[in-house]
Amino acid sequence: MINEKVIEVKDLVKKFGSFVANDNLTFDVYRGEIFGFLGANGAGKTTTLRILSGLSKPTSGDVRVAGFDIYRHAERVKRHIGYMCQKFSLYEDLTVAENIMLYGGIYGLPKKLIEGKTTELLESMDFTAYRKRIIGDLPLGMRQKLAFAVAILHDPDIVFLDEPTGGVDPITRRQFWEMIYKASADGITVFVTTHYMDEAEYCDRVSIMSEGRIVDIDSPAGLKDKYRCATVQDVFVKIARPSNNKTG
Amino acid sequence: MITSDNISKKFGSITALDGVTLNIGKSELFGLIGPDGAGKTTFFRIVTTLLLPDTGTMTVMGHDTINDYLLLRRNIGYMPGRFSLYQDLSVEENLNFYATVFGTTVKQNYHLIKNIYSHIEPFRKRPAGKLSGGMKQKLALCCALIHAPDLIVLDEPTTGVDAVSRAEFWEMLKALQKEGITILVSTPYMDEAILCDRVALIQKGRILDIDKPATIIAGFGKKMYAVSGKDKYKLIQDLRCDPSVESVNPFGDSVHITFTGDRFDSTIAGKLEKAGHQDLRIKEIEPGIEDVFLELMTVSENDK
Amino acid sequence: MKRFFGFVKKEFMHIFRDVRTLIILFGIPAAQILIFGYAVRTDIKNAGIAVLDQSKDEISTGLVSRLESSEFFILKENLVSGDHIDRAFKKGDIKAVLIFENGFGKRLLSEGSARIEIIADGSEPNVANLVTSYTRAIINDYMTDLNKVEAGSFIAVEPEVKMYYNPNLESQYMFVPGVMTIILVLICALMTSVAITREKEFGTMEVLLVSPLKPLQIILGKVTPYFILSLIDVIVVLFLSWLVFDIPIKGSLVLLMLESMLYIMLGLSLGIMISTLSKTMQQAIFISLLGLMLPTIILSGFIFPVEYMPWIYRVLSPVIPPRWFIIIVKDIMIKGTGFTFVWKETLILIFMTLVFIIISTMTFKKRLE
Repeated sequence: MINEKVIEVKDLVKKFGSFVANDNLTFDVYRGEIFGFLGANGAGKTTTLRILSGLSKPTSGDVRVAGFDIYRHAERVKRHIGYMCQKFSLYEDLTVAENIMLYGGIYGLPKKLIEGKTTELLESMDFTAYRKRIIGDLPLGMRQKLAFAVAILHDPDIVFLDEPTGGVDPITRRQFWEMIYKASADGITVFVTTHYMDEAEYCDRVSIMSEGRIVDIDSPAGLKDKYRCATVQDVFVKIARPSNNKTG
Repeated sequence: MITSDNISKKFGSITALDGVTLNIGKSELFGLIGPDGAGKTTFFRIVTTLLLPDTGTMTVMGHDTINDYLLLRRNIGYMPGRFSLYQDLSVEENLNFYATVFGTTVKQNYHLIKNIYSHIEPFRKRPAGKLSGGMKQKLALCCALIHAPDLIVLDEPTTGVDAVSRAEFWEMLKALQKEGITILVSTPYMDEAILCDRVALIQKGRILDIDKPATIIAGFGKKMYAVSGKDKYKLIQDLRCDPSVESVNPFGDSVHITFTGDRFDSTIAGKLEKAGHQDLRIKEIEPGIEDVFLELMTVSENDK
Repeated sequence: MKRFFGFVKKEFMHIFRDVRTLIILFGIPAAQILIFGYAVRTDIKNAGIAVLDQSKDEISTGLVSRLESSEFFILKENLVSGDHIDRAFKKGDIKAVLIFENGFGKRLLSEGSARIEIIADGSEPNVANLVTSYTRAIINDYMTDLNKVEAGSFIAVEPEVKMYYNPNLESQYMFVPGVMTIILVLICALMTSVAITREKEFGTMEVLLVSPLKPLQIILGKVTPYFILSLIDVIVVLFLSWLVFDIPIKGSLVLLMLESMLYIMLGLSLGIMISTLSKTMQQAIFISLLGLMLPTIILSGFIFPVEYMPWIYRVLSPVIPPRWFIIIVKDIMIKGTGFTFVWKETLILIFMTLVFIIISTMTFKKRLE
């Protein structure tokens, strides 16, 4: 399991005019891994995320996601990934079941299958009573957990999470991470982009990005040892501080 | 500086604040720590006279927030949770505007903001909407300070800001405190709690605890252990099933546990190894503020 | 006061920095005047007609040449039989056919009346209406001349159609009041309501409320720039319609400007009221567009005459402020009347403005609830 690469990035470069957003990135992510992709605002995280999810093409370099070349098979890549971000996840004016049905439909799952999965999913999360509730009426933490469950409804190889638990209360946050651990144990690769360093602590491995380049990749413990810091936060402050404040 | 006596506030059927009582002293750096939806913003809006409480009384600098709101509005600097600057105006124009609105000039109080403003001065012609998250927050802080208020109220100033800028921001707050300004700040980040003089932990509109961060942590009163292993998901499940373990909370790359009756179970490592766990590590650790918060939350949930 | 002017200055910066706002403020009024002036103008020039003259006497040929010599009509075809009418229309270059009955001139002289049939192309109802009424006017004209010559032995064939305020039948005059009315509502209500809700949406309102600025100062500060710019718009519209379409202002310009100011204030107070009702810019835009623009266009009498509307619209129409402003502008601009003729409408507008101001100051919150 460990050695199967689901994301392979080699010499990835992305330029916008003369601005280099991604400068020669090379990294691999393995099946079932929880990979934290860290960087300050404007470090180039979003650019990479868009390339990996097939939304934008690199300027140069090789990128394979879920076994597909993103130059030629961007559409197939999209079928094998899931996505969730904190700002928008579920439609607030639809019910829980309707949201699940909608996303299942988008990924082309048959109606019967979605219905079965809905029941299964709600039972496993203890949410059965909320099946017909409008999303907007549910507490934030519950919505976040549902959003994650929906993002992996179609059994993707990789799920991309954009700052999934920033601002969530500590108990819900832990329940959320347990769901992530379970997904990872089931073989789904979890790719977390965030600038909340406390989220980074939960990842198997993290990469730290600054000004378009990857400064380091290691496990949180490895990074903390290497830079003699108590937290990933301190590591980040130590190595990711931009050389000057030109980027604003 | 601020006296809040049994303040409650409801929005429809939702209770945002439920009998909040607290006192904040002059030039204190006071933190309101709690997750989204805990009631932090509602409390701040009552302090800044923007909302009226349903019950309870609140005085700020000795003035009632309901009757003396006009007077108070002159002496409070407020930085709402949302980005509160004019995106289409430049850094300089925003600052000048707020100075004029508060009946002062940038020059007059420049000494107060000098240290903060120097970070953003190179971009003073840039529209505020084009600044990075950290820069925006620094500018918003400058704007909240420009009329030299005695109290500044900052609602989640570091949310959405990267770790480097967050650290800088807290350094700035410490410096302002030395100038004698009282600072009321909220944050969802537990790790920022230790930077405050005193904190109130808030959850679902109720205050769980108010004290110095160190005292709150010291009040935990149980031994805490960090367990780590290769298969985290299974580790959590197995620990939950073990009757000698009381609480199990994933914490970054390890799992924090306490034992039932605070009695360390020396057989735990053996049991886990037998269950097939590899790379096991168990060590005693100092609990952090987040451990305390989790504990208090669980207790308050069970109370209901 | 310094605070207030600082606020107004900031508001101007918002406006001048945003190209879209500028286009809405100045581009749309100019464009509307030009579009209405050229495209929707309701007069005709050189419309093709055909004549089926079964009489061919002195009077009928005289009338045809009179029609022909006017700038409105061009005689395209002389038909010889009624069977050709259909074909003539199908060719598409004529708008109407005139049929003189057999012995037209003779009957007119002996019996005092005779028949002319005007068949117009009903596929363009607007044009058809105009063509028939223009034709009638010319026939009347011709009859009057004949009456003069023949010393009172005739009776006019057609009822009298008289263009009292618009003797040259130039219809552009009528659209200027309409365009002014719509533009002022658009700018005043829409722009102010959006400008105020924008502060709510971006969270800057919270900070403004906590500042020593009084709610009234905030509102006035938001509204002042739009008051000034709307006045400039009035001038632009009047100037353009004079420059491009030669439309004069018959009455007092000062009175017209004062009435415009009143109407602008009404629009602004409406805008403030809308902003107190809406939480987001999107809501403000919807309320302004659906709640104001459409009723203004439909119910004000700008496009559809109030007298011909179904009763429910006729009942609703007086509630719409633009209805009264249109009357005022028409009276001053086109009829050239003075204040003595429009004082009633003016009073109604003043009353409405006061109501809106009272409602909006009562609902504007000095707190967040």
